[in-house]
Amino acid sequence: MKLDKKDLLGLEGMSAEAIELILDSAASFKEISERPVKKVPVLRGKTVVNLFFEPSTRTQASFELAEKRLSADTVNISKESSSVVKGETLRDTAENLQAMKIDLIVIRHSAAGAPHFLANLLDASIINAGDGAHEHPTQGLLDIFTLREKLGGLRDRKIVIVGDITHSRVARSNIFGLVTLGARVTLCGPPTMMPPGITRLGVEVEPDLRRAVADADAVNVLRIQLERQKVNLFPSVAEYANLYGVDRHIVARMKPEALIMHPGPINRGVEISQEVADSDRAVILEQVTNGVAIRMAVLYLILEGVQREPSLGEEETAEEVEARSKVV
Amino acid sequence: MGFRTKSTIMDADQIRRAVKRVAHEIVERNLGVDGVIVVGIRRRGVFLAQRIAECLQNIEDQAVPIGALDITLYRDDFQVKTSNPVVGTTEIQEDIHDKVIVLVDDVLYTGRTVRAALDELIDFGRPKQIQLAVLVDRGHREFPIKADYVGKNVPTSETEIVEVHLTELDGCDEVILGERQS
Repeated sequence: MKLDKKDLLGLEGMSAEAIELILDSAASFKEISERPVKKVPVLRGKTVVNLFFEPSTRTQASFELAEKRLSADTVNISKESSSVVKGETLRDTAENLQAMKIDLIVIRHSAAGAPHFLANLLDASIINAGDGAHEHPTQGLLDIFTLREKLGGLRDRKIVIVGDITHSRVARSNIFGLVTLGARVTLCGPPTMMPPGITRLGVEVEPDLRRAVADADAVNVLRIQLERQKVNLFPSVAEYANLYGVDRHIVARMKPEALIMHPGPINRGVEISQEVADSDRAVILEQVTNGVAIRMAVLYLILEGVQREPSLGEEETAEEVEARSKVV
Repeated sequence: MGFRTKSTIMDADQIRRAVKRVAHEIVERNLGVDGVIVVGIRRRGVFLAQRIAECLQNIEDQAVPIGALDITLYRDDFQVKTSNPVVGTTEIQEDIHDKVIVLVDDVLYTGRTVRAALDELIDFGRPKQIQLAVLVDRGHREFPIKADYVGKNVPTSETEIVEVHLTELDGCDEVILGERQS
């Protein structure tokens, strides 16, 4: 099993086998960050550009650490420090980077589809680190990895995603991945933040948070993204916290072993209360630890896949793998 | 590409005896097993390392720590190989500083796997010594690497394939010599 694409643009349409390959690989990569020397030489000589057109601490640091722990050379470019402020287009920026012979671009952009545009334009590999309200595949993968690690498996597990589904690329990537792996996904949030027709993705909608969490195995709490809302979608932050905030009263209705997740950054006291965010149930910092492992796995698998000759699409037989491993 | 079996080089009894002899040699060379850690190279080296550690415990009545190395990320053929196996987990729980590491693999051939394993081990600390134990040495080295303990030397041609089967993974213990068929 190999990743057969040069890019990771989203989890929509990705096969269960491909997702599981990434998760299994990440489980191995996780150990590297525990070593005294947190570095392996596998991507030595590869150049990766982190092109972030939106602010990020977690995702950008996570990608950069993953790249460095695999020995890739990294360049960070942010919107403010780039020629974008002088009016350079995304296309020109990307083509200039490619002219410097880079191997992979990690891009975050406020416009949905920006990574796809680059993927079609360039020979370099592209990893989507969040495009508008579309997808954030590595966040989806690290959430799923954390769930699988904690729950043992995803099939028939009930995962609740609560918050602003309409504006959430994290929710979309989670939905695509979780549904593919056979989990039952329930979405919860104000009707103004629930895209019409979302049930077509194979999910259920339960507007009452108390009812939604009752038999859940995990609750993934989304950040209220005040910066993405063009109009006020709820009357006040206090009312949102009252109706959709995960606090101890909500936790009291959950199964005792159910997990609390949050992709960060946290608005404490809004979508999640202080005490719940800091409780034993919350695996928020483990998600962050797992994020580095997931990004290492994705970087490795994508750059490894690119090495292959294009004609070799078919799987090797067990004998061939065996024969080859003896030649090493 | 097919595979045709030519002959059985070692059967289960021969493997068992070879592992036992290698364990005795390790004790003899290191004057016991104090400070010795047995580290297997994935996948089959790990099972051989477990067997050697068991023998060492029987001989010296002292538990010997074991570890496992996955060398995928240290291979020198990332640029040329058409595909790689799934990355496995490396497990080195012990502090290897100033210890004697007995590195274990099933077949010693070009020496490239051992080169990668040496590089990976060094990232965990500075052992006093690294020794190499293999079940089969089939020759054709491409690097200046030599085994300290050898279960069996098997002269081969480069077109031949040596396959080690172990009960833990393959259901039986045997070493077979085969040939590639295109």
